[in-house]
Parts: sequence; structure tokens; C-alpha cells
Amino acid sequence: MSVSYQIVVCAGLAPDPLQTLEPVPGPALKNELALPAVLDPWAAHALYEAAHLAKSRPGSKVYLVALAPKAKLQQVMMTVAQKLPFELIALDGPMSGFADAAEVAAALSAAVSGIAGLDRERWLLFGGWESATRGAGATMQMLAERLGIIDQFLAVDELRVEEDGSLRVWERVEGGGHQVSLCEGPPAMLAWATGRLPEPVNNPQIGMANMRGVMPALQRARPAPPLGGGIEYRKVALPAQQRQTRVVKDAAPEEIARELAAWIRE
Amino acid sequence: METILVLLHTEADGSLGRNAWEACQAARAAAEASSGGGRLVAGVVGAGARAAAERLGGLGAQRLLAVEGEAYAVSRYATDAAAAEALARAAQATLVLAPGTSRWSRALPGVAQRLNAKVDTHVTALSCDGGALTISRWYYRQRIDVTLARQARPWVLLLDGGAFPAWAPTDGQAQVESVAPSPPAVRTRVEGIESPAADRQTIRPDAPLLFVAGAGWTKKQRDGQPHVEEAASLILDFVTRAQCSLGSSKSLVDLSGEGQAVLPFLTHLHQVGQTGSTPRHPKGLATCCHGEEPHVVGWRFIADRRAVNLDANCGWARGKADVLYVADAFAVMRHLNALLDG
Repeated sequence: MSVSYQIVVCAGLAPDPLQTLEPVPGPALKNELALPAVLDPWAAHALYEAAHLAKSRPGSKVYLVALAPKAKLQQVMMTVAQKLPFELIALDGPMSGFADAAEVAAALSAAVSGIAGLDRERWLLFGGWESATRGAGATMQMLAERLGIIDQFLAVDELRVEEDGSLRVWERVEGGGHQVSLCEGPPAMLAWATGRLPEPVNNPQIGMANMRGVMPALQRARPAPPLGGGIEYRKVALPAQQRQTRVVKDAAPEEIARELAAWIRE
Repeated sequence: METILVLLHTEADGSLGRNAWEACQAARAAAEASSGGGRLVAGVVGAGARAAAERLGGLGAQRLLAVEGEAYAVSRYATDAAAAEALARAAQATLVLAPGTSRWSRALPGVAQRLNAKVDTHVTALSCDGGALTISRWYYRQRIDVTLARQARPWVLLLDGGAFPAWAPTDGQAQVESVAPSPPAVRTRVEGIESPAADRQTIRPDAPLLFVAGAGWTKKQRDGQPHVEEAASLILDFVTRAQCSLGSSKSLVDLSGEGQAVLPFLTHLHQVGQTGSTPRHPKGLATCCHGEEPHVVGWRFIADRRAVNLDANCGWARGKADVLYVADAFAVMRHLNALLDG
């Protein structure tokens, strides 16, 4: 049984992990719009998994629903659009981690609901299991609830479509294990961890084709509603902890090993 | 007055895990800190939930609730969400505290949506500030420390494991009420858990020591050649002897994913740091990794940190480790393994 899917991937942006972050009142990040941004890492894995699934199932289509400042989104899309074919649905809003997960889910829900022709028999909702900004791991479940999807999977590392169209899913659980579940089929929400697939290589032809749709989508991007969610931030600070590092040079390996062994046994 | 529901699930054997006892202690503390005193209710879901709830007699809860039955014995969104929703409604909870296990992390945000509640996760501390409950958690992958409050209720909080002391059960009267959720449509069957064999298990969340291998293990050594097989042997040998948990830097895991002949036992599950896990262990030993910011993020909750590498000016030396040994990790680990044998 060959099924084609409509895969809706939700993704935000995050500051490049190598950037130094400094909070400022708001709260926000200092020079946030000037920081280089990337597609949120786990959402990016979700997108790559979606691309792989769509490629293996002719007739499938990937939608990328992204909530971020339009200008930053345009920059990031220059790279992402070269990796796989997708249709962009852009929402112009903050990329701040200080937004409320429930409000973000509401904004995404409105955007997803606006996609014409979604068929629940073919519909998979993908995203990252956590963002690199808020890191709540809550948005996708709230979004799926809003959309009436009650087959939800968190921290997914693998999805296999079986002959009968059922979905076998591997989710991370405690202690380095995976829970294996079999879902009858779409609709389902999969919030991805790292997955098992490498990042697709850039393909300029895909990039050119995508950008024809990306630019109009960015122009059509609707402003997201306020996403504060009634949170009262009492303290937003960098960790103050600084250790007095004892640097041991010129010690023999045997000596270091003895010290470490004693420390381990303490 | 807050009505605090401490929401627990049993493990496969019907017991309550350590995270559950930590949530109990956090709930007791939250009840005491609440202005006017909090009303505590406990709810348990899963196989043997009634028996587990009976162990909570000394918790000081005004009600003990349980959802059990075959459908609720396994970890599955549809049934877990139905059970948690039913318990929250039965308790008329304004505050729901639950351990941040994989099971509740999957289910409770959706339950918050059903309850029209707010949700915060990865909570590391609870306190009372001016009569209002505040929580602490990290943003931007453990890089920004935040304390926040909300007026909105209900409020669902998922607590990070290891962040709170565990409550030791005491005797007390336990009258457990059964709660029957509206049966959800079930389209997913849980087939089981796949875990590495006990002798190959290298991720041990409860181990006192975290050992992290960095990409330096696969680089060319003094003789101009990489010694990957020896590195793998030394690392696995140490992890077995010390019974510690094994972590890895992202770069090393990525090399494995790219099909290079490097430390084949490492997967993304071992990855510690910016896009990996942030485990909690009393001690951590890093070898052949540089301790730059995205990586140090993964060490945020390691109390006592030591590192071995060849660069005296690496990131670890800049106030991130307690002790940095500037030495050849191959040589140190050979000796260390021999000492641990004895």
C-alpha cells in the first residue's frame, strides 16, 4: 500500500549556537536581530526527516510553517531552501525564547489551519521536540491538541511506514532506550529528536525552485499576535558561576591517574 | 488558596520512580510556601496505581486519586492525556506538579491545552516571592537562568529530575479514590522498549560519574596516526570499570553518523551539550574535548568537574572545570583503568 503524505513541519529560528548570548530587559537578547540565526536544530532534523519521507512516497508534499522575524527568515531560507522542496508558510513574529509556548502554539495553529486542502488521512505534523530557545518541549503537543491530533510522539528518532500504511515510531525514553509504538496511520504528530538521517546536501536547482515560492510567502507573511502569555519575568541572567580552575601541568600520567582514581572513589 | 495536584505515574513494575518522590517533596514545599497554605492532592496513573497511591499516606494529601487499568499501564499520549486530564479535573487543581519524565513530558503540555492552562517545563526550583509562587528554569539550552511567575491558573509544571530532594515515604492513612477517565480512541499500540543489553548499556542517568569523550580521541596522536580502536577500548573499559555514564561531544557523534570509522558505540543519545542532553551527575570527567560554550552547556548540572586534554589554554581552563589535567588522555586512561581494576 503506497501512501502519499502531506507533511507539515513547524520550525522556528535560533541564534547560531556559537554566539554569545546576553539578556537585556524585556526580556530579550542583546542585539538579537543582529545575531546570526539558524533553523532551530531539532526542527531542522524534523524537516530533513520529512524530506526523506516525501521523497520515498511519490505525491507527498512538505509544508514548512515558520514563525520568526521576516528578515531573519529570508536569510535562513537562502540556505534551507537548497536542501529540499517545500512550500513555506511564514508568520512574521519574534524568534525569542521568552515567548509563551501556548501562545506560539495558537499562532501556529491558525497558520496550519489556513493551509488549503489538508487531508487528515494523509496528514503528518512534524516539529522539533524542543527548541534551542525556550526549550520547553511543549509547543508541538499543544499545537496538535488544538488541531485535534491525539496520536502524538515526542523525541522521535525513527519513523518507519509499514506495508499496511501504519506508522512504527521510535521515541527516546529514559536511560538511552527507545519506546516502539505502532500507530494506525495519519493524522499523527511527531516531535523529532535527532533522527537518524544526515543533513541533505545543498542542491542549487531545488534552491532556485523553492525561492520562487519563498519570496512571495515572505511577502504574504502575517504578523503574529503578541506571544507574551502573561509571564512575569522576575530574573533573567547569565549564570554567575565561575570556577577557580586548578591547572595541573607536567604531572606524570600515573600520578594523574592515581589522583583521578581517588577522586572517583570518594 | 492553591490546590496542588502532584501527578505521578508508576513504572512498569508498579513502583514509583525517584523522579516521582522528588515531585512529592516539591509539592509539599509548594503547599507550605503558598500563601494561605496549599491544599495537596496526589494522583497516580499506571499499572498498580492504587497500590502506589497507598504509599503516599504520609504525604499530607487531602485526597489520593488513582487511574489504573490495562489501557493506562503503558506510556501513550491518548491514554495518558485522558488520565491526567481526568485527575486534574477531579482534583480541581490550580497547580499541577509532575516529574519531567518522557511519559509526562509527552502528555502534559497537551493536557494543559485541554485545561486551558499554562505550562512550564524543566523547572529546577520553586520559591515564594512576595506571596507569589515563582519557578526557575533555563532558557537557550541552559545558557540563561530565569525566574518567573504567572497569575494564570491552572498552571502545569514539569520538574527536572535531580533538581529536588526526594521525599521519603512515611506512614499515614491512605484512602485511595479511583478516577475513571473518558475512554479515548486508541489508535496506537505500544510494542515495548528497546534498550541496549545490560552489558552494553553506557547511558546511566543515576551513575555518580559522567565520562565525556571528545573528538580528540579520534585525532592523530604523537606518532602521526589515529588510534581509534585503542580509544574505543580504553573508553568502554573505563565506563565498565567505573560504572559511569558515557557522554560525547557533538562533533564526535557527528563523525560516527557520517560513516567514519570512529567509536561506533556512540550515538546521538550520548550527545551532551547545546543540541544534546544536559545530564545531572555529582561528578564529570571530560577527556579530549575543548569545553567551548555550546559544550559546557551540557555540563551545567555537573557539580564536580575535571578534564584531561593537551591544551592548557582550552575553554576548560577558563573557570569551567575544577581541575584541568594537561596530559595525554590515552596514557592517563591506561593507568586509570589499571587502578580501577585493583
